[in-house]
Amino acid sequence: MGRIPSGIRFFYCMKLKINGETVENVKAGTVSELLAELKITTERVAVEVNLSVIKRAEHETFRLKDGDIVEIVNFVGGG
Amino acid sequence: MEDTFVIRGIEFRSRLWVGTGKYKDFDETRKAIEASGADVVTVAVRRTNITDRKSENLLDYIDPTKYKILPNTAGCYTVADALRYSRLAREAGISDLIKLEVIGDERTLFPDNIGLLEATGILAKEGFIVLPYTTDDPVMAKRLVDAGAAAVMPLAAPIGSGLGIRNPYNLKIILEQATVPIIVDAGVGTASDVAIAMELGCDAVLLNTAIAGAEDPIMMATAMKYGVIAGRLAHRAGRIGKKLYATASSPYGDML
Repeated sequence: MGRIPSGIRFFYCMKLKINGETVENVKAGTVSELLAELKITTERVAVEVNLSVIKRAEHETFRLKDGDIVEIVNFVGGG
Repeated sequence: MEDTFVIRGIEFRSRLWVGTGKYKDFDETRKAIEASGADVVTVAVRRTNITDRKSENLLDYIDPTKYKILPNTAGCYTVADALRYSRLAREAGISDLIKLEVIGDERTLFPDNIGLLEATGILAKEGFIVLPYTTDDPVMAKRLVDAGAAAVMPLAAPIGSGLGIRNPYNLKIILEQATVPIIVDAGVGTASDVAIAMELGCDAVLLNTAIAGAEDPIMMATAMKYGVIAGRLAHRAGRIGKKLYATASSPYGDML
């Protein structure tokens, strides 16, 4: 097996743990694509992958890999 | 003359800061905040609902260009968790402000001051503007400032208890030695409590349950606004000394 041709990558789906839930068949390759896939449009979310905060500027380039543990948080009412 | 105060170059116009928890809905939250006149609102950091994307977002109701958003680390019992939530909050938000909580006990929600001190030092070095929630301990307040706290937030009483200012004398000592703004956080129950905090000379008061839990939150928010104004003015005006015996207000001369 050689490396997967880039054109085929779209059909290679990952399994991620997102906010404690196992999510299969994730098509997104980057954090930005994941947020779009989850229809999260609000700007005020923060994303953590494997306990590291992914800066907003890196969302478009940060590549997710199979088995990553992702947390997506936002602000809620609190004192 | 506007009576503002400053934390690390950020100017605060209102001396009443309010939380956004425990309201019936976002609309009530928005109305209560408006009525309170606060320019700082606290928020918590929690997981986004990834399955129900129709659920509304708090920040659709609270305009971050109108209010300063102060994220907290409520619910964190360890230094590691408090750091994790702080870093996520900074990324989700728009500033370096963090209301740092490291809770030490479930029943009282009293802070774990040892963990708090450690987390304050780490976050201050990372460029956060750290506002630690602490007990009303004057020595601890000093240590937090030494560790890099931009302001200190001593509790009036346990969070949500409504017991009011339980130890005004400790607060007085904290205020006397203060080199940073002192913001009373937690435990106030009604407008006279915030007035007392302001009369003591505190720079601001942060509260949530006292408004959100009132029968009429919007009316209570208004009461709190006036309580802060009354207390602050009384502090600046300089109250009379307390005396054991009477001093007549009417002249003795020209009596019949």
